[in-house]
Amino acid sequence: MGFDVESYLSEHSNGDVILYYKGNIDSDVINHVLDTVEDKLVAGNEHPKLRKKVYNVLVESLQNLYHHVDRVPGDFEDQSSERYGLLQIRKIEDGYKIITGNFIRKDNIERLEEKIKRINRSSQEEIKELYKFILNHQRITNKGGGGLGLVDIARKTGNKLEYAFREYNSDYSFFYLDIHVNDNEK
Amino acid sequence: MEPIIIEGTAKTPSVRFDANAKIFEIKGRSIPENSVEFYKPLVDWLEQYKENPLEKTEVNIKLEYFNTSSSKCILDVFKKLEAIHKAKNEVQINWYYEEDDEDMLEAGEDYESIIRVPFKMIVTE
Repeated sequence: MGFDVESYLSEHSNGDVILYYKGNIDSDVINHVLDTVEDKLVAGNEHPKLRKKVYNVLVESLQNLYHHVDRVPGDFEDQSSERYGLLQIRKIEDGYKIITGNFIRKDNIERLEEKIKRINRSSQEEIKELYKFILNHQRITNKGGGGLGLVDIARKTGNKLEYAFREYNSDYSFFYLDIHVNDNEK
Repeated sequence: MEPIIIEGTAKTPSVRFDANAKIFEIKGRSIPENSVEFYKPLVDWLEQYKENPLEKTEVNIKLEYFNTSSSKCILDVFKKLEAIHKAKNEVQINWYYEEDDEDMLEAGEDYESIIRVPFKMIVTE
């Protein structure tokens, strides 16, 4: 029994899973996930404010996967996915959890972790200023991302970014981003 | 000048830039993976429009959602409008947001603080 990408999920399993997906993250998958979740939020009678927050954060987290995931290791079970990602959305007592997972080459960990730590050290006011600074000064990268996704998620949720790196082998880890969207009306 | 008229999709907004009708509008959802591809024609159009703009250019931005990748492209659109404004033409950006959508209001205020063009925040519903 080797590395299990789902172990993190089973360790953090409070609430009800409303969507689970693992596999290739392409434009069609993103469309489908967004439609499905939007329908479920409406069907669950969530008020528009929470619906919009969840939707916004979901867009950013899916597109983070789309733009930034590293190629899967050569011995991983799923070799057909160009952009392999994992997504779980759970309804919890005071809102929603959006967990994403993806492979990351160990050389890329430090840069990502620094970025997250910088965001987590910042007050909401500082995050707002950081967002505006990046918006105004950083060009869109050739990967197509704007470098704003994580900052935007932290800003919109008002929460620290929870995350974990789990070692896969000497070259790769699996990165989990565990986002909490609070229902502020509760 | 030929207008730009684009129908909206699930991930891209409807657009109408029409100098003859004096209508400048971006409306709907802007969440494409590749936003540059979508916005480049708009930025190019404004670059041309800048040569001979109307006395007053009033732009309506009615976005329901937009992703961070679009946010940079929207800034590029606004920078073109800023250049038109700087050349002594009247420009106004009307930023619409739904009553309970503080994030959308804040996003408008971000742009207002970066771009030197008069903004009007307009609440809907």
